[in-house]
Amino acid sequence: MINILKNFINKVIKDLFKKKKHIKLGLYGPPNGGKTTLANRICQDWLGEEMGKVSNMAHETREIQIKEQINIKSKGKELSFNLVDTPGIATKIDYEEFLKHGMKEKEAKQRAKEATKGVIDSIAWLDNMDAVIVVLDSTIDPYSQVNITIIGNLEARKIPVLIVGNKIDLKKSNMKKLESAFPQYNIVGISAKYGKGMEQFYEALYVLAG
Amino acid sequence: MLTLQFIPYFEIENLTPQKRIKKILDLVKTDRIIMLEGRLRKEEEAELIQKTMEEINEAFTGIELQVIESDKKEQALLTKIKTNLANILLGNRQGMTIIGPANIIKEIKRDPDKIELLTKEFKVKKRTRKSTKKK
Repeated sequence: MINILKNFINKVIKDLFKKKKHIKLGLYGPPNGGKTTLANRICQDWLGEEMGKVSNMAHETREIQIKEQINIKSKGKELSFNLVDTPGIATKIDYEEFLKHGMKEKEAKQRAKEATKGVIDSIAWLDNMDAVIVVLDSTIDPYSQVNITIIGNLEARKIPVLIVGNKIDLKKSNMKKLESAFPQYNIVGISAKYGKGMEQFYEALYVLAG
Repeated sequence: MLTLQFIPYFEIENLTPQKRIKKILDLVKTDRIIMLEGRLRKEEEAELIQKTMEEINEAFTGIELQVIESDKKEQALLTKIKTNLANILLGNRQGMTIIGPANIIKEIKRDPDKIELLTKEFKVKKRTRKSTKKK
């Protein structure tokens, strides 16, 4: 009798912690896919504040950013997570690209230096993630090796993945191409900037973290 | 002048991941485009990106990388099992990895059936049919 009671209490406590469990949810992808825009959208939706600065210039996010304890609730489902926004992963960084955006040489070189460190950190942080959202720009070619390497590394680490095709508000957006590039994954089309498709995104997030 | 160098898998087979990556990066930094038989492990690809980032400076702006794989969808189940087992034991020799310096290669575009390698000096379209028929 005592054992049954003990097991029951353990189960209740275990379930309680299971529901309140904080998972580390990472946002990964190449630069300019809209990771920080999506992070801002999630934070605006559930915390009423933004997470980071966004711009059209690549490598705006050069350091790992963490927003703790985001609780999302809808249709009787609840999810608690720490959101980790990571710098975009690239195989090349040329400071001269930043000069084209009107940046001064010294500033551009510094940005390039920080961006290279950001890429190294993003990859190093892969091991810390419980689940990952890979944010891809749905208007550009999905067959880039960076995308394949990121997803392949998550797969090798057995980290659950949700692929998000962002920028579906743009004419060039091609979700079918994205879906055919990664047929084995659940892919959700969104516009993080305008909040389009966010309901389906949160539904997929429950499944991902469930 | 554009220099292409083919590296057969046996040349990297017995190297540690660090030495493999060093060998590739050392060659790429001499402005060669490497055509490696097979592919690196997924973790090695990520490490190659990290090491590339560590070495970036004004002269070396990074790499362009693309893997052409054989089409696993077309393989029979038994062939798939054999291939996966061989990959675990001997490394992945299927397909080809193209790695080049970003100051020479503008972009390597891939769609399911072909690869296009665009250089910065002049545009060269190099079409390679996927080696899907290998068994």
